[in-house]
This record gives sequence, C-alpha cells and structure tokens, in this order.
Amino acid sequence: MSNLSTIHGDRFPELADTVLKRAKALGATEADLLVAEGDSVSVQVRMSEVDRLSKAREKVLGIRVFFGKRSASSSTSDFSKASLDRLVSDTCSLARAVVEDETSGLPAPDHMVTDIPDMDMKDDRQLTVDEEIDLARRTEQSAFSADTRITNSEGAECSAGYGSILLANSHGFIGSYASSSYSLSVSPIALDSQNGGMQRDYWYSVKRKFHELESPEKIGQEAARRTLRRLGSRTITTQEVPVIFDPETAKGLLGHISSAVSGYSLYKGASFLLGQLGKSIASDLVTVIDDGRLAGGLGSRPFDGEGLPTRKTLVVDKGVLSSYMLDTYSGRKLGMASTGNASRSVGENPTVGATNLYLSPGSYSPEEILKSMKRGLFVTDLIGFGVNLVTGDYSRGAVGFWVENGELTHPVEEVTIAGNLQQILKDIEMVGNDLEFRGRLASPTVKIRKMMVAGH
Amino acid sequence: MVPSLSDFALQEKDVLQALNKAIARDVDYVDMYVESCVTDSVSMEESLVKRAVKSISQGAGIRAVAGERTGFAYSDDLSVRDLEIAADTARYIADSPQGDNPIAVTHRSQPTQNLYSLAQPLTDITTEARVDLLNKIDVEARRYDPRITKVMASFNTEQKIFLVINSQGQLVGDVQPLSRLQITCIAEDGSNRQVGSFGGGGRVGFTFYLEQNRAMEFAREAARQAILNLGAVEAPAGTMPVVLGGGWPGILLHEAIGHGLEADFNRRKTSAFSDLVGKSVASELCTIVDDGTLPFRRGSMNIDDEGTPTSRTMLIEKGILRGYITDRLNARLMGIPLTGNGRREDFRSIVLPRMTNTFMLAGESDPQDIIRSVKNGLYAVSFGGGQVDITSGKFVFSASEAYLIEDGKVTKPVKGATLIGNGPDVLKKVSMVGHDMKLDEGIGTCGKDGQSVPVGVGLPTIKIDEMIVGGTAMG
Repeated sequence: MSNLSTIHGDRFPELADTVLKRAKALGATEADLLVAEGDSVSVQVRMSEVDRLSKAREKVLGIRVFFGKRSASSSTSDFSKASLDRLVSDTCSLARAVVEDETSGLPAPDHMVTDIPDMDMKDDRQLTVDEEIDLARRTEQSAFSADTRITNSEGAECSAGYGSILLANSHGFIGSYASSSYSLSVSPIALDSQNGGMQRDYWYSVKRKFHELESPEKIGQEAARRTLRRLGSRTITTQEVPVIFDPETAKGLLGHISSAVSGYSLYKGASFLLGQLGKSIASDLVTVIDDGRLAGGLGSRPFDGEGLPTRKTLVVDKGVLSSYMLDTYSGRKLGMASTGNASRSVGENPTVGATNLYLSPGSYSPEEILKSMKRGLFVTDLIGFGVNLVTGDYSRGAVGFWVENGELTHPVEEVTIAGNLQQILKDIEMVGNDLEFRGRLASPTVKIRKMMVAGH
Repeated sequence: MVPSLSDFALQEKDVLQALNKAIARDVDYVDMYVESCVTDSVSMEESLVKRAVKSISQGAGIRAVAGERTGFAYSDDLSVRDLEIAADTARYIADSPQGDNPIAVTHRSQPTQNLYSLAQPLTDITTEARVDLLNKIDVEARRYDPRITKVMASFNTEQKIFLVINSQGQLVGDVQPLSRLQITCIAEDGSNRQVGSFGGGGRVGFTFYLEQNRAMEFAREAARQAILNLGAVEAPAGTMPVVLGGGWPGILLHEAIGHGLEADFNRRKTSAFSDLVGKSVASELCTIVDDGTLPFRRGSMNIDDEGTPTSRTMLIEKGILRGYITDRLNARLMGIPLTGNGRREDFRSIVLPRMTNTFMLAGESDPQDIIRSVKNGLYAVSFGGGQVDITSGKFVFSASEAYLIEDGKVTKPVKGATLIGNGPDVLKKVSMVGHDMKLDEGIGTCGKDGQSVPVGVGLPTIKIDEMIVGGTAMG
C-alpha cells in the first residue's frame, strides 16, 4: 500500500472499518466507501501583482450500501462520529426506498486488485506561497516581454495540489494511493490595431512532478505567440474544405470517442457508436489507447473507482472499435467484464472514465500535414457544446488559420465547423507524429478530409 | 427561517476572533461565509428508479481583500483552530501589521426580501414521493409515442443555509432552496435514433411539479422533441436572418452580453464591452436587465453571497449600455453601484460578479408578424449550451429545436444548428422584438472560472437580421 502522508490519512483505515461495520450492523449486504483528502495552494498574479491567493484543505467520505439489489450513496465532509453514524443510517433508509436493480452490486471479490503497484505519482516538493508568486510572475512577465502588443492579461496562475484516496469494501478490500500535481498557466491579451479589438489565448503546463513542469519563460513565450497570431482575424465564406485540428483541439475528438464508448452511453442507447464493436468506425490511421498505468500520467492510478486493477486497453485498433470502456455495472449490462475504467466522485455511483487516453502518433510531421493542404482551415481553438453524442452531429465555433498552398495565410474567427462524428472519424486522412501528453487526453495533429465551414 | 451561528454550532466570539486574525491595516475588507448544504438526487432509467444519492457538506470560507488583492482560504472543519488557520492564510496578502479596530457585529439583519419561502422544506420530501414522480414521468413519456425507447429522468434538490459576517459588522444569512427536474428521451425509428430533453425548476417546492400537471407536461415535451428530431433535416450553413423564440433562447443575452458586462472583466479592461457605458451597443428596440428579485426563480436570491440584497439592474436601455453587474470588490475599485451580484458556488469558491436572471423586456411586434417578415432563415426555439470568449466577444450557442423559415412560414425541423456571433454587434442587428416576453423553465447553470451557479434567462420572440448558422447543408 502506498503511504498516506496527509493530515488525517493515518486514521482513515480505522474509520473505513468502523463505517463498513456499522452498515453491516444495519443490515446492508454489501458496502463500499471512498475517502478523499486534498490540500492545495494556488496564486494568481495579474499585471505583476498578486490578484488572488487561495489555500484549500478538504476531506470527504462517501459510502455506498446495498440491501440485496437495492442501493444508495451519500457523502459528507463532517467526520464526527455522530455525523457518520447518521450518514450510514440515512443511506440505508435511502437504499430501502429505491427499487431492486438486478445488475447492481460490488465486483466479484476475486477481481479486486491484489498487488497495488507504486505508480510514482507523488512529488513531495512543497511550494511556498512566495515560490508560487514568483513562478506566476515570471510566466506573465515572459509573455509581456515577448511583444509590445501584449498590453493586458487575465493573469498567470501557479498551483500545487496533494491528495490521497482510500477505497475499502465489504469484501475486505482496502487500498490507497497518494498523488500530486503542479500547474502553471498564463492568459495574455493583445491589442488588435487592425480592428481595434482584443485577442486572448493561453498556454499551460501540468505535471505530477514539479521538476517536469515547463519553465515559466517557455510557457509565457508560447502563450504570447498563440495570442499574437490571432491578431487581424477575419471571417471566411461558407464552404466545404479540409480541416486540420492542432493537438489541443484534436483532444476534443478523443473526448467524444471516450464518451461514446462508455458502457453507460451504450446501454442507454445514447451513443453514436452503438453496436459498432468489432466494426470499422474510423480511418485505419486511427488507433486509440487508454492506459491507466502510464508512467507519470495525470490519469494514471493503481486501481479504479471500484478497486479493480487499471490496465492498458486498445479502444480503437487501426480504425476498428476493439473495446468499450466499462466498469462493473455497465459491463454486466452489456454482458462483458469491466475494463478497469470505473471513475468515481466521492459519494456518487461509479461511472466510466478514461484514464490516459491517446491517439497513437502517425508518421507525418505537423509541417508535412500543413504542406499537404492546398486550401482549408487549420483549427487552433473551439468553443461551444454543439456535439450530439447520440447522433454524432457536430457543430462548433472555431478559431484558426486559413491555409493556401500549404501556408498559413491569415487568422480566422467567427466561423463554425460542422459534420457528423461518424463521418469525421472515417475522414481522418493524416495523423501527426507530434503526440505529447498535456493532461489526461492527448492527440497529435489530425487532418480531416472535409468539413462544412460556415462563415459570411 | 433565518439562520444563526448556532445552526453551525459556532460562537460569535470565536468567529470574530478568527476574523480579527485576518485583519491588517492595509486590508480593506474581511468576511467569513459559513455554509451548510444538503443535496438529494434520485434518477431513473430503464423504467427503474435505481439511483438515490445524498450529500451533506459544511464549511467556511474566509477572505481578506487589500486593494486588488484577495486572500482566500476555506475549511470544511468549523473548529476554532481551523477557522484561525484559514484566516491567517487569507491575511497573507496583507503587508502591514495587525489592524487597530477589532471587528464587532454591529448590524445583525435578515433579508428584506422573501422570494422563495416554501411550505415544505425540500429536505422533507420523502424518497418515496420522488420515486413516484419519476415513475409517472416514465409512463407519460412512453405513452406519447411508441417510438420513445428510452426515458431518463432525474430530480435534484438542494437546501443551502449560509451566513456572512464581515468587517463592517454585518451579520446576515439566508436559506436558499433549489430544485430541478430533468428528462431526456431517446426516440428510435429503424436506425434513426434521436434525443430530446426538457426540464424545469427553480427555488420551488415539490408541489410546483405537481401543479397544473407540470411534470407530465415536461415529460411530453422531452418526448415531443425526440420524435420531432426523427424527422429533422440537416441545418443550413451560412449567414441568414434568425428568429429566436421566447424564453430559453434568452441564453443569447447571457452569452452575447451578460458575461461581457460582469464588472471584473471591465475593471481589468479584458471585456469586448470595456469602456462602452453610455454608448450604443444594441438596436433601440433592446432593453435588457439582470434581475435577482423575481420570486421562485432559479437565478433569484434574497441576498447575494456577500449579503447584499439583490436588485434589478438596467444593463442596456433602448440600445444604450447603462452599467455593469458588481460584487463588493469590483464596485469599490471601480467606484460604481453595488448591484447584489456577488456569487460563489459554495464555501470552497471565491466571490465573482455573476448574473442572476438576465432577460430582454417585451417589445411591440406580433410574433407571427416577425416570422412572416423572414423570407428564408432559421427559427430557433430551444437550445443546449452556449459559450463566449469575453475578450474577442465571440459567442456560440447550439439549437436543440429549430426550424427553417421559408417564405415567411415555419417549415422543416433542422438538426443541430450552432449560431455564432460577436457580442457587441449581434444586438445591433435586432430589427423586431415581440410582445411575448417569456422566462425560461428554470434549468440554467452558468460556468465561470470553474464555478457553477444557477441562473435564469428570458426573451421575447426577436428577429436578428443576420447571423452565422453552422450546419452541414449548403445554406
């Protein structure tokens, strides 16, 4: 078991035992519980001055009880004995009020993870508030130094967080792990002399280990570069053209695949990938992997929200949908085994979540992909929620560049790109070699054969 | 019922002692927000109410403000020691030594408005009654049409009690109920599968859903939208006149105008609306307000999360930008009125200026005349979500129910149209405003800086002469 080194951590196993025993005493046939504890400090600096400093320390306990096939969940942040006793009895009453659900229940006892690996997810480096202020200041300063057209800022933020999780259930399972994360970001604003408006963009780095963070100087420069390149934006006419998604926007497509292959979307009939297992759903350039044990990954964890071992799952294999992502409940619904993708907020029922989900890199450099485009749109930012996961209909606001003969000609804004995800995935005609993890989802540059672009 | 410190097992002297830790000479303002919140959620799918979830959270947030700097810390433990640690952290932003004047509670007040007192507290609704409501919804939605194959519904309630104590000696609190019923239906016809959603709520009790058979209406409405979408054609792509129906399409105002008028962005001059007060930003047919005082509404509050009574704020009057919505920090730094828009998601979050209920006042046109005036365009009556880039002013919002207008008549339903525009321009293109102002059904949640708060919107039928519609069919 990993070491619980946070504030109350040492008494959690005992607390878990007491709560589970109490649920049993009240007649629960099965129960599980999750305790999460976290500690974080973040600072925001704007125009070199401290704008906001926040410090947080919190803990929460969630319990799920089963009375045969009836179940309910609750959570509380009050760990006093009286409060926990009340929580358990309230949860038991709730469970008795809902109907039986034949599918419900804990995973089988022999499926629980037995060997909890140390996944090296925690850095003990504590940042002082002054260090954070300095890092944020340098990041913002680096953006301002890049160009005189950067005249304003929404601020730079530095934060560090440390957390631990303990999961226990009535099978006698108990497991825990601790993790940390550090992040640094800045949002510079540039004045657009051409049309009198303003443009903003941002850049960031987030890592489990402090020493792996990108330098403040590099983050600031990149944020400035991204902001400046938006100046002089125009709209374009409505037309159907090839579209390149840069890695930051291509991640969004992976997010949609992730939702569509979640066992919950599937058994509810709410996925455009329903009934597609074993079938070709994308171009053969598309291979998507979910890896819960990627070293240093922000989505890595030794066991999932139900205590099952995490693993590496091939979700899409050269265009063929080769696995759904499942937890115990949604797996049972579909007649399949869990893929160790139970994701859980404390006090909620498990659902399915990706761990570290990525699109395998292809063979083209981003420059080669750009060169291949005679005329089309290179997308660098998307806004809005115009994605219907039931039908795959896709329509979002886009920002990027117009491309002529393999060169970026001018920035573009106030356009939408639209299509249907089923077709978009099949129309992926180039995948870049520029895969880099920056969060739990990662994608290289991707080129789509054609999409409808709406403008003036 | 007005909460008191004893509801949190806190002594006034302990709270003041903690607050005094946060005070320094250069600190302008200190407050403590103590909150307790109970949420209950039941959900149904596959004709079974199989999920019931309850959560209890309690804690306090302490902040100190010095000039533009905010120091903030929270604790989910209300022990004197933890509150003092939080106060010490909040004070970190101060450069100067301890203040000379200890804080005392000088005015203990209760809200002067009573916008949502309920006969039965939400926490008293039995689980059995919640389950029964969802079961009836399932039956009603399926009865609407045999092509409805899946019905999912959830009923959520939240009972929040909070108190604010500040360095000006104020002690004030409120009890805020909030509930919401949400229904999603999937319709299938061969391989054609479509979705429809509907819901409603507000700071209302359980009887709201039963009165006028409201919950059953919601169920039929979700089913109707799903069935309608089975016959929807691809949305057109391109620039065209757009007619927005009344009510929920008011999300346009929220995205295009509202966020850009939040004081924090304007103080920092990062909003596309910065420095435009007194200038024309909309057609003179447009008068838009933010009003937190509408009884039982989802975005309403007796007092905001800083204890300021909410109010009705004129944002745009006959096309002219009149003002911003403010919290204490920004009102003070900008020297403008405090409007009662200081809001936070919970004790873990800092206060930001946020909208309450944002809507356009009724005009004089007949909605039918508005549609008849459009030769070829889009008529949108229901929306999913929206988003805005405050700095560039570009916003989008996505239609969940929309139709083509052909020769002045509403014809075929279209799928998934996204509308995109520029905040400071779009309302200048409003050429007709209907007399049918309607508020939404009470499902809106607004996200900002990672914090979600309940909000309302409203709109009469309006005509926008030109907007970009993002669809897949050549327009």
